[in-house]
Amino acid sequence: MSILCAALMLYGFFSGLYLAPADYQQGDGFRIIYIHVPTAFLSLAIYAFIALNSIIFLIWQIKLADILAKESAIIGALYTFIALISGSLWGKPMWGTWWIWDARLTSELILLFLYLGYIGLRSAIPEERRSGKAGAILAIVGMMDIPIIHFSVEWWSTLHQGPTLAKFAKPSIANEMLYPLLAMILAFALFYVVILLFRLRIEILKRNFHTQWLQQWLGPKLRGPE
Amino acid sequence: MPLLFFVMVISLFPMALGVEPHLLARLAPAIIWVAVVLALLMSLDNVFKSDYQQGALEQFVLSPYPLSLLILGKSIAHWIAIGLPLLLLAPLFSVLLNLPFAGVGVLWVTLLLGIPTLSLIGSIGAALTVGLQQGGLLLAILVLPFMVPIVIFAASGVAAAGNGAPFYSELLLLAALLLLTLALGPVAISFALRVSIE
Repeated sequence: MSILCAALMLYGFFSGLYLAPADYQQGDGFRIIYIHVPTAFLSLAIYAFIALNSIIFLIWQIKLADILAKESAIIGALYTFIALISGSLWGKPMWGTWWIWDARLTSELILLFLYLGYIGLRSAIPEERRSGKAGAILAIVGMMDIPIIHFSVEWWSTLHQGPTLAKFAKPSIANEMLYPLLAMILAFALFYVVILLFRLRIEILKRNFHTQWLQQWLGPKLRGPE
Repeated sequence: MPLLFFVMVISLFPMALGVEPHLLARLAPAIIWVAVVLALLMSLDNVFKSDYQQGALEQFVLSPYPLSLLILGKSIAHWIAIGLPLLLLAPLFSVLLNLPFAGVGVLWVTLLLGIPTLSLIGSIGAALTVGLQQGGLLLAILVLPFMVPIVIFAASGVAAAGNGAPFYSELLLLAALLLLTLALGPVAISFALRVSIE
């Protein structure tokens, strides 16, 4: 999977930065889209994934769902941050300003706050079970609130262009630009999954450090100070 | 104490901005609403804390009555202690900030609809952080993003009324949010309290 991710990312970068023609209005500046759109899209998707896992954890008490939610949050916050920064870099030449209190920018910023609050709450509670449940409640409430925040900010002010990719409509973008974009979205998603699996493995090992199967498995490799 | 804090924050603004009446009138809805949010945040930290320390919260959870109803009672008490005085004080301060007369009534209605919503949302955060050290700061970080829509609707409604523009849609949205949190808030709070206490 790592290899597939690397290949897609290489293809996306190469074709996005080199093969795709420059935009007739935005010139080469539009190429930031290949970082911005995947991270922005995934920042929301990952939050939804966290909320989904929180529901699973609360109902069926599956620990794995809790670990998935916890480890996703950090990556999600990072993607949100990258989306904000890349959007800001793009905004300077295109809109003539680094930052503007536009609806989508503002809701993305609030999403970052939600992520940071979630991470802060989880790290503030030392017991794993309580931390997981408290985090789950917060994530579910957050998921319910995201549409409300989104629409409140939307009506408040908007400058952002409409979405380029809608699911059922024909995309308003040329194919040479579209395919690298889709490749990059897939690549960032895979990157997320790869990192998530790494972190998942570490977290499972940490939580089960004192179990017998782990001690046996680790036995020859690692002996703690007796 | 939160009320004193509210008064001080509000009087700090004219000192920092200068006493130009038009500027103050334009900023008044925003100033009052930001001060309300800050004052509520100050008070929310203590909503469950003393009950938690005295063990009354465990009795709540163990009692035969539904926990969400008891929570609703606590929220009403909180509203009487904090929300009601804010409601009474706010018109006074809108005069001090030179808010146009048409805006004062609308401000009052937004406070009436908005403060209970904010306090219920904040109580979810207070319930999640009740047993923690440094809970107060974490609480503020947790709940502020959720307060954004209410502040937006309320402040823009008051500003619209001050300019003579229609403001009913904002008030209706605030009422909708109030009903939503009134229905779901106590349930979420009781879930969070059960987690915090176990």
